[in-house]
Amino acid sequence: MADEAPAVEAAPPPPSALELLGQAVASVPGISGFRIESNELVAHVARDSLVAVTTALRDDPRFAFEQVMDICGVDWPDRAERFDVVYNLLSVSLNQRVRIIVTTDAATPVPSVCSVWPAATWWEREAWDLFGIVFDGQPDLRRILTDYGFEGHPLRKDFPLTGYVEVRYDEDRKQVVYEPVVLTQDFRSFDFLSPWEAMTTLPGDEKVFTERAEQAKG
Amino acid sequence: MSETTGTPTGTTPAIVEIDSYSINFGPQHPSAHGVLRLVLELDGEIVERADPHIGLLHRGTEKLIEYKTYMQAVPYFDRLDYVSPMSEEHTFALAVEKLLGITAPDRAQWIRVLYAELTRILNHLLNITTYALDVGALSPSLWGFEEREKLMEFYEAASGARMHSNYFRPGGVSKDLPAGLTDRIAEWMDAFPKFIDDLEGLLTTNRIWKQRTVDIGVFTAEQALAWGFSGPPLRASGVPWDLRRAQPYDKYAEVEFDIACARNGDCYDRYLVRVSEMRESLKIMKQALAKMKPGPIKVQDRKFSPPTRGEMKRSMEALIHHFKLYTEGYHVPAGATYTATESPKGEFGVYLVADGTNKPYRCKIRPTGFAFLQATDEMSRRHMLADMCAIIGSLDVVFGEVDR
Repeated sequence: MADEAPAVEAAPPPPSALELLGQAVASVPGISGFRIESNELVAHVARDSLVAVTTALRDDPRFAFEQVMDICGVDWPDRAERFDVVYNLLSVSLNQRVRIIVTTDAATPVPSVCSVWPAATWWEREAWDLFGIVFDGQPDLRRILTDYGFEGHPLRKDFPLTGYVEVRYDEDRKQVVYEPVVLTQDFRSFDFLSPWEAMTTLPGDEKVFTERAEQAKG
Repeated sequence: MSETTGTPTGTTPAIVEIDSYSINFGPQHPSAHGVLRLVLELDGEIVERADPHIGLLHRGTEKLIEYKTYMQAVPYFDRLDYVSPMSEEHTFALAVEKLLGITAPDRAQWIRVLYAELTRILNHLLNITTYALDVGALSPSLWGFEEREKLMEFYEAASGARMHSNYFRPGGVSKDLPAGLTDRIAEWMDAFPKFIDDLEGLLTTNRIWKQRTVDIGVFTAEQALAWGFSGPPLRASGVPWDLRRAQPYDKYAEVEFDIACARNGDCYDRYLVRVSEMRESLKIMKQALAKMKPGPIKVQDRKFSPPTRGEMKRSMEALIHHFKLYTEGYHVPAGATYTATESPKGEFGVYLVADGTNKPYRCKIRPTGFAFLQATDEMSRRHMLADMCAIIGSLDVVFGEVDR
């Protein structure tokens, strides 16, 4: 994820339109910098200044991002702040897009942007429902996609694919009942990271690599 | 619905007060277009507030895709918007191609353009006709479904399946068009404008149709933008925005077409935009047929697309490639992309995060109808209950896509 597209280094002569936009976006207070990833502009925003930044991106005539097309979460459980909240913005008048990313953890709320774009409400409800990301200032933070009375946040990486409960109609009780999931066969997950492609160090070769790493250092 | 019954004799109340009350519209309402549960707060017959409850068709598509290889993920897209399956595949194919850094060959791109536009007609036919059905016109749906049947035969001829086609793959399309299919499509295209005229004859100047749709559910351009609209509902509000023109993908930069646009942003204009989009789609399909040349229909790199059966019988390497592709799949380099296309309903986006393995790390699907449905509250405020059907019909929501 941290890799930058080679296009960034490869264009020292005249900066592309996307780069100029990136520089302009990066000058907004609260945005730490930008990168261009597969020809798309990405910027990281400090959580506290999110509303100010999005308001600026919407109202500044250089950006004019009138629309938020999508808000979604991404879960990286190994990180201290495990969630990315990703905002994909679109400017219809200037025909440009930007993606801004805010990080958070399960407890820290992200400021809601529903005052900037009313369309944000349902996207934020979805991120709350599927990831458990809390949005501060969102008046309507109900679950949206999962069942009434659902527990847990299904798109987190530690939520099992099968879930915890299953539903069936009980003929005796004449109603739909929830029961713990029973699998007749264990869930199978194949490891396809074959030694030919993914394993950078072959078994028995570790020494060569450590030596090489030391040489590179010193 | 609620009647104020006669008061006890002797007392004559000056004003009869009706408290606002709520009803459930759906989830099993024929004009809820699937499984929409709409909790309506009514004042008499006037809608005060609409609260759509969605998720009744939630199947966890995004979660499932995280456990499938990229190739196995494609059929899930057919099942999102099952009215326009190939358009959804299109976005995913483009997103994966972008991360892989491959480009589909020319013929594949033209086939995709051809079938994307065919899908647009397929979608608009269903939308217009069922929308008409919702407000009380039966004939359009009977006529329209016959045409849809012909289009689904073209689907079947190309992919083997009438609906869930699994045809657009990252790197091209799954197989070439069979001999003679383009002629049959061309033949159908010659006859189809007559059908659009007939359909318009039934609806466009129909007095009842206009009474039910003109000035109903009006959305201004500002409102439409703020609520994240795209596609025909945005264009009906007077914003000439079309991703095929603004951010062209595949061969859309090489075709000529007009962007259908209207001014009033009401239900009637959304219908008009769709009708003229069908005519524009025919124009694009004609150009695609004319410009399509014989050639490969998927990338020839065997690391991404499977070899032919014949090759597999002769070459050990082809056999290995085939085996590896269908068990392990290809590895996509780490990165992320938000790729959007102009699906028949509007902007359909895929935010794909790859982590270098053979499965997507995260695949967020941006459904078009989600934004439309969210706006129904504002759009239907102070409308009559019966207008709700027209509004939902004009927005063209499909729950496979909204609920994912």
